[in-house]
Amino acid sequence: MGSRSSHAAVIPDGDSIRRETGFSQASLLRLHHRFRALDRNKKGYLSRMDLQQIGALAVNPLGDRIIESFFPDGSQRVDFPGFVRVLAHFRPVEDEDTETQDPKKPEPLNSRRNKLHCEFVRTCTNAFQLYDLDRDGKISRHEMLQVLRLMVGVQVTEEQLENIADRTVQEADEDGDGAVSFVEFTKSLEKMDVEQKMSIRILK
Amino acid sequence: MLRAALSLLALPLAGAAEEPTQKPESPGEPPPGLELFRWQWHEVEAPYLVALWILVASLAKIVFHLSRKVTSLVPESCLLILLGLVLGGIVLAVAKKAEYQLEPGTFFLFLLPPIVLDSGYFMPSRLFFDNLGAILTYAVVGTLWNAFTTGAALWGLQQAGLVAPRVQAGLLDFLLFGSLISAVDPVAVLAVFEEVHVNETLFIIVFGESLLNDAVTVVLYKVCNSFVEMGSANVQATDYLKGVASLFVVSLGGAAVGLVFAFLLALTTRFTKRVRIIEPLLVFLLAYAAYLTAEMASLSAILAVTMCGLGCKKYVEANISHKSRTTVKYTMKTLASCAETVIFMLLGISAVDSSKWAWDSGLVLGTLIFILFFRALGVVLQTWVLNQFRLVPLDKIDQVVMSYGGLRGAVAFALVILLDRTKVPAKDYFVATTIVVVFFTVIVQGLTIKPLVKWLKVKRSEHHKPTLNQELHEHTFDHILAAVEDVVGHHGYHYWRDRWEQFDKKYLSQLLMRRSAYRIRDQIWDVYYRLNIRDAISFVDQGGHVLSSTGLTLPSMPSRNSVAETSVTNLLRESGSGACLDLQVIDTVRSGRDREDAVMHHLLCGGLYKPRRRYKASCSRHFISEDAQERQDKEVFQQNMKRRLESFKSTKHNICFTKSKPRPRKTGRRKKDGVANAEATNGKHRGLGFQDTAAVILTVESEEEEEESDSSETEKEDDEGIIFVARATSEVLQEGKVSGSLEVCPSPRIIPPSPTCAEKELPWKSGQGDLAVYVSSETTKIVPVDMQTGWNQSISSLESLASPPCNQAPILTCLPPHPRGTEEPQVPLHLPSDPRSSFAFPPSLAKAGRSRSESSADLPQQQELQPLMGHKDHTHLSPGTATSHWCIQFNRGSRL
Repeated sequence: MGSRSSHAAVIPDGDSIRRETGFSQASLLRLHHRFRALDRNKKGYLSRMDLQQIGALAVNPLGDRIIESFFPDGSQRVDFPGFVRVLAHFRPVEDEDTETQDPKKPEPLNSRRNKLHCEFVRTCTNAFQLYDLDRDGKISRHEMLQVLRLMVGVQVTEEQLENIADRTVQEADEDGDGAVSFVEFTKSLEKMDVEQKMSIRILK
Repeated sequence: MLRAALSLLALPLAGAAEEPTQKPESPGEPPPGLELFRWQWHEVEAPYLVALWILVASLAKIVFHLSRKVTSLVPESCLLILLGLVLGGIVLAVAKKAEYQLEPGTFFLFLLPPIVLDSGYFMPSRLFFDNLGAILTYAVVGTLWNAFTTGAALWGLQQAGLVAPRVQAGLLDFLLFGSLISAVDPVAVLAVFEEVHVNETLFIIVFGESLLNDAVTVVLYKVCNSFVEMGSANVQATDYLKGVASLFVVSLGGAAVGLVFAFLLALTTRFTKRVRIIEPLLVFLLAYAAYLTAEMASLSAILAVTMCGLGCKKYVEANISHKSRTTVKYTMKTLASCAETVIFMLLGISAVDSSKWAWDSGLVLGTLIFILFFRALGVVLQTWVLNQFRLVPLDKIDQVVMSYGGLRGAVAFALVILLDRTKVPAKDYFVATTIVVVFFTVIVQGLTIKPLVKWLKVKRSEHHKPTLNQELHEHTFDHILAAVEDVVGHHGYHYWRDRWEQFDKKYLSQLLMRRSAYRIRDQIWDVYYRLNIRDAISFVDQGGHVLSSTGLTLPSMPSRNSVAETSVTNLLRESGSGACLDLQVIDTVRSGRDREDAVMHHLLCGGLYKPRRRYKASCSRHFISEDAQERQDKEVFQQNMKRRLESFKSTKHNICFTKSKPRPRKTGRRKKDGVANAEATNGKHRGLGFQDTAAVILTVESEEEEEESDSSETEKEDDEGIIFVARATSEVLQEGKVSGSLEVCPSPRIIPPSPTCAEKELPWKSGQGDLAVYVSSETTKIVPVDMQTGWNQSISSLESLASPPCNQAPILTCLPPHPRGTEEPQVPLHLPSDPRSSFAFPPSLAKAGRSRSESSADLPQQQELQPLMGHKDHTHLSPGTATSHWCIQFNRGSRL
């Protein structure tokens, strides 16, 4: 951690990134540190290989998809601003509208609800993109099947898996088009206490 | 101790018992020879009294719940304490001295463990670990804070002269008192919060705290107690260090003991495949052993049992059979609720003991105020710290509820009773104060917390059904977060949870779960499985609704629907396929599902006619003989089959008869008969039943080909009927086997020639024949879409096979006596499935379902099914033709 001060100078466009993503200086430093650690050959960007080398990610059933989300539009590399931008999706929302948030000063209920709603929508977006591989704004049965194949750990046959996929799509599908749209997706998430489920506290 | 405590419950009995008990004990007398009658009260006294007390407590509970109004306003614990007060008063008045108090020994060894086990076992583990940080903070820091501040403040109060000088206590005594009075009590918290239904997070924090603070309480109490006994002068610096160290030893040791026993328990249940009957016992035995072991090593016993329950649940539930699971659940709940009831009642009784009361207003008031004040202060301070780290901060309202929910209870009381009067001269004052505090928190706070929660609009817990989407998304979220933490390089909570889950999957589950259980252990799969079964049931339900909405409303409809529903539900439940139908029952929240189940159960009990019983000598102690229910099912089935066989035979003969008769007359009779019957059944087109269609089919298959053709020529309706039967069945089954089905004579084949594998596995099915197999294959495979087709078939077949005449159907019961009366009641049974046939799925789907279903004896089975599937033809008939048509069939079927 002694090298922290030296890093501060190194971050290119540190301020603009911070403004864009809302990360604090400390987290940005931490991320930059991490970025450089992942960047094996000091090439200044990360390739898929770099991320695939994270051990725990390899066992994660969704690891590949998470990695993929760092490389939009099929690009081969991600630089630091891009890296941070992706991670910003997982930052707890509170910073923007509650810069001065303090237990002493309770915000009006409305704004809190607003905030929760923001967070909810953002969470949904995050998750939705993970399902929607072809980016057509819908989770088709095929896409659902792929996710399920990753997620269901037990030995089920392909046929059973298809049945589960059918069932899952049917459950969420309200307009009967055989696919889950974003609106339908958010509806299926409404019952869960989502707001706390898609943020990582450390990314403040 | 229990014996001592309860020995005088016999007061009402005493008069009766007194005299006879003297007899056998009077010494010196020569033995009076053979006694015809001997009164041995003393030999049964202790257990008898225990049983009596529990009975009294249970009866009291029943009485309380007779009035919904009272229980919705007043928590049960309050009522029980008040009842205890009354009972104690009576005992005091009769015996002139207080008896049957809450003995610490009884409390800690017998009454507390079931409650803690219950709460540990049914603790929502995910929620618990998600909030573990907060829980631990409140449990450890909070309890320490409460103990020290309360003790010190009381001491300050004494120094200020506000406590009467006759309370001889030093700082250490007050700290000791503070340590025992500061702990939030799990029993009281559970009793009150279970009725309040605050949101899950709040509940788990308060409740988890009350469970985990036991370790702190035990340590504090023991340390202070030994300090007091040593005398403050002799306490050395190392003793303080030892005190701190013992906190870790007691808590971690207790948890370790619990986990070890959880491991043992899980491992043991892995090998109980052949002795299912002792599975529930194992759970209780090993958990209790954990408690006793921890108690023996003077570790935190509550922590041990909590961890044991928490740790073993996943594996035990996967290992033990479905029935054992239900048994464990109910036994645990019963024991816990029983213990809780007795505790509160005895608490009430214990308060009526004038010898205990050494009142000091300053001490009592001071304690009450300090407890409330420091609890609130502690909660606010800790929450402030915690909120710096929590993603979802605990807001003000939560804090109020948490402060106010700090109830004290029987643990504090038992601890204060355990004090040694010679070492702690102020014991009596402490006891009195504790009683007041306990009563105040349980009664006043318990009474007011519900209105408070309502008034503050605390987020309530909402219970919703699990959906596949939620389950799936929850898992995805976990994985996403773990992955992001990996990328960020921060090893936080999600990271470790992910690690743990992988470890669990790789090693622990493999070691502790049965192979068969391990293979199918997946939460998404689980939810899917349950959802399907629920859907199946609700589909059957819906079938009824759809039916009534199509305009075919008949008075007997609902009852018949329910018959179908119950029989299917029942079959499913009996199938032992490992599925729990009662999704909600698993949770502690009572829901409408239970009631629904109960209603169904009663309906079934009332609706099924009681078959002749065959008494089998089944007295194996190690294996449960098949249920009465199963036996009944079998009997019903057999009787139905017998009847059907007869009816088939008789219809054959009938056909010969009818053929020889002149047409016009026949139609006339047909009409008349039909009208009579239809009128009897309720004046609508109710004559339809599978017998009739079966009869039609039989006409086709009967040997007299020429007569058959003759009838088809002359009678349009008949002809139509035949055609439709054939087409409908072929449509449903998509096999083009119509002619085959017509050639097959169903009666001899009704019992399948060779048992399918499902039959071998599930013995109860053997009696049900192929149809049951059909159902089971559908349910275990769980095919979502085409399941409906399967259900159509199985339901219709089940109906015709297993549904007996229901006495709730007024029409059925008021049928006029008929020549072939035995068949009559069954005649209308087939109607409700008609609309269901309109649910028929596209042929391809139906086919897929079939191919997936049990294929061993498939084709013959289908063919056998066809007579039963006759209802399909109904959909093709216009009402007008239907009427006359049914009449004809009816006539045939019922003629002798």
